[in-house]
Amino acid sequence: MAGTIGVVVFPGTNCEHDAVSAVETLGGSARLVFHTETSLDDLDGIILPGGFAHGDYLRPGAIARFSPIMGAVSAFAAAGGPVVGICNGFQVLCEAHLLPGALQKNRGLSFLCQPATLVVASTGSILTSGATVGQRLEVPINHFSGSYTCDVETLRILEDEDRIVLRYATNPNGSIADIAGIANGPGNVVGLMPHPERAVSELLGSSDGAVLLRSLLDAASVAA
Amino acid sequence: MRFLARVEVRLRPGIADPEGATIERALPAMGFDGVASVSAGRAFRVEIDASDLSAAQSMAASLADRLLANPVIEESIIEVAPL
Repeated sequence: MAGTIGVVVFPGTNCEHDAVSAVETLGGSARLVFHTETSLDDLDGIILPGGFAHGDYLRPGAIARFSPIMGAVSAFAAAGGPVVGICNGFQVLCEAHLLPGALQKNRGLSFLCQPATLVVASTGSILTSGATVGQRLEVPINHFSGSYTCDVETLRILEDEDRIVLRYATNPNGSIADIAGIANGPGNVVGLMPHPERAVSELLGSSDGAVLLRSLLDAASVAA
Repeated sequence: MRFLARVEVRLRPGIADPEGATIERALPAMGFDGVASVSAGRAFRVEIDASDLSAAQSMAASLADRLLANPVIEESIIEVAPL
């Protein structure tokens, strides 16, 4: 049975309809989940979409982390449920300590809104299971604080455990080790700065994001 | 008693600081030739009602660590004084 994806909406989130539309375009079903909700029991996968949750005040994700829904997201992730944070959602997952490290302001201090070439670095995650290592994907980026950073020990663990799932072919923002996306240890929680939901149709310039979101739908289908 | 906590949040040593670097480059262009280094951070003023200085310091340290700073990349310097 196909699962249903919950797309979490914080005040200031602005990519939720893109995410729902992308899931439906790929044959899945999705519903919006408002940040004041406290249960995800009817859902089989979660997307934290892009935007500016709580205005990005203080730091991106810093306030969103304390939204009521985040307790349920943490429990859902701990139970092995598939969770993907896209852009601002990645920042929220880092602030919530569901993923290690942090997203800093871009090197060069430019807001970046452009296509990016990604290289699949690991298929051991719920977002990349349907891709192949070395596969190149054209997916847009759209961020100001997208430069992933972590300490040396954390980077070593990410590399040793094959948890860097996507790298930039050409680093646009100064992220450490060209990181575009990472996973948690079990691979069921993934954060990435690029927007696969904006790349599911050639009409949008690329359909390369589909392989990523299809992997998520497959994982949600197994969970259902 | 009411106390004022001044919390300065700054990047940990070794973390890239593109804001500070940009300001550092701008200042000589304005004629400030003696500027050796600039780092960017944030400052917060938090008024706290607590029974004594020690309790206010403890609360300030906790709120700085849990919210105002991201300990992964930032550290905070806290000064608490009676208002």
